[in-house]
Amino acid sequence: MATQIAHKVVTTEAPWVRYTLTGLALVLISFMLIIPLFSVFFEALHQGWGLYQAALVESDALAAIQLTLIVAAIALPLNLTFGVAAAWAIAKFEFKGKSLLITLIDLPFAVSPVVAGLIYVLLFGAQGWWGEWLAEHNIKVIFAVPGIVLATVFVTFPFVARELIPLMQAQGSDEEQAALVLGATGWQTFWYVTLPNIKWGLLYGVILANARAMGEFGAVSVVSGHIRGMTNTVPLHVEILYNEYNFVGAFACASILALLALLTLAIKSYIEWRTEQQAIADRRSATQA
Amino acid sequence: MKWKQSSVLPGFNLALGYSVLYLSLIVLLPLAALISKSMGLDWASFWAIVTEPRVVASYKVTFGASLIAALINLFVGLLIAWVLVRYSFPGKRFIDALVDLPFALPTAVAGIALATLYAPNGLLGAPLDRLGIKIAFTPAGIVLALTFITLPFVVRTVQPVLEDMEKELEEAASSLGATRWQIFYRVILPTIFPALLTGFTLAFARAIGEFGSVIFIAGNMPFKSEITPLMIISKLEQYDYLGASAIAVVMLVVSFALLLMINGLQWWMTRHRR
Repeated sequence: MATQIAHKVVTTEAPWVRYTLTGLALVLISFMLIIPLFSVFFEALHQGWGLYQAALVESDALAAIQLTLIVAAIALPLNLTFGVAAAWAIAKFEFKGKSLLITLIDLPFAVSPVVAGLIYVLLFGAQGWWGEWLAEHNIKVIFAVPGIVLATVFVTFPFVARELIPLMQAQGSDEEQAALVLGATGWQTFWYVTLPNIKWGLLYGVILANARAMGEFGAVSVVSGHIRGMTNTVPLHVEILYNEYNFVGAFACASILALLALLTLAIKSYIEWRTEQQAIADRRSATQA
Repeated sequence: MKWKQSSVLPGFNLALGYSVLYLSLIVLLPLAALISKSMGLDWASFWAIVTEPRVVASYKVTFGASLIAALINLFVGLLIAWVLVRYSFPGKRFIDALVDLPFALPTAVAGIALATLYAPNGLLGAPLDRLGIKIAFTPAGIVLALTFITLPFVVRTVQPVLEDMEKELEEAASSLGATRWQIFYRVILPTIFPALLTGFTLAFARAIGEFGSVIFIAGNMPFKSEITPLMIISKLEQYDYLGASAIAVVMLVVSFALLLMINGLQWWMTRHRR
């Protein structure tokens, strides 16, 4: 009995300290996260379900939702392919300049979204490097969909690669080597050995990239031109409605994005929980073996 | 020495070639365009643009607010990480998942939600207004938005280090007569210090570039509550591409410096943990 009490004293704090710290953390989380999240749904719905629905089926809102989906559908596969290729090269091989490559992949996270938009304006805009050539051939990049896609690709660039590199490094390449020795081709090895091993990490990266792609504001705002029904993504549409004092409309569109965020967090937690369970199962089978 | 060690695995040339090409087209070439555009300015005019009084005021707002927000999150993040790792309470899993909300929630949504909540007639702004505290449309609003956006960084860098900490260290310290506070200060804090510093720097770096959440709540008054990314936007709206590029280069240099610092810190952290 006495030893048990002594044990409690050294590895944790007195109960009142524990309760105070937990309470303080919960109050801070309520004010900083939970209340702002609820306020989005409250503002969207407090004038009735009818107005909420009307704000969402309005043609500009629908066009914005459609554009957001299209942009994500183009940007994500591009970054997914890059992420897998980069992780394959970095995790499975040893070469010089590897750490430089890893640093460069992280670069888009360090750049301000506004600067990310600006660099594409400088390349493709009317006064940009290729502006004249594009104008002669009647191709619009800036203030059009291609510019929005490029800016989105830039801001979501590192997500998949970043998830996969440490994962594939930890897994090593023993299984791939075994498959090759048994006569599999390179592609077969990738499809049947590597891909099943990394699928959850892949999904994790894609989910995070998707949340950012659909929610990006700064970079897209610079290249979009804010043409209603044409080059407005959902976050930009939220801004326009908010600045027009159409708060129900703004928060209605914002509530879709908030739901997307909650869905992202749910899937993310599920993948983390699965990975944890898998690790526990692996450890158990390792000790039994 | 060869630049690549031989391996039986195929696809190196394809994978590396594609990665480097894609990286160059999407990231490096556009950034080069920015640098080359700003080279169109001679040093004197570059300096004149980036030290314009209104731009300098925006640096002060951006760096000041980012520093305060990162400092707030240093304490708040440590507290949340500590409570999540060390104590148990109902709904802990849910709270743990919710900490990442600022990463998942689009910045514009966070911006309008905070601006509405903390406006003088808002749910939280009204009671504060009666006490004479104004948050929305003042620099305090910028700090609030940046604190929200950067909340997860310190939590997520400190949490795994706290989880990996061995209880034996604390037990040893205790058996040698240390009080709980001394153990925290002398044993736990030095162990998590690199992680705290990394989280702080990540939060600061993110806050400096942040745009979407801030512009709704800042009020955007010249010399008072204009952030540097907004100065780039306003130069662009006046078709002043050179001016926008010059300010963007300043931001880029700061971002690079912080990125190098973060890499250094992470290297220190992994060495520290082994």
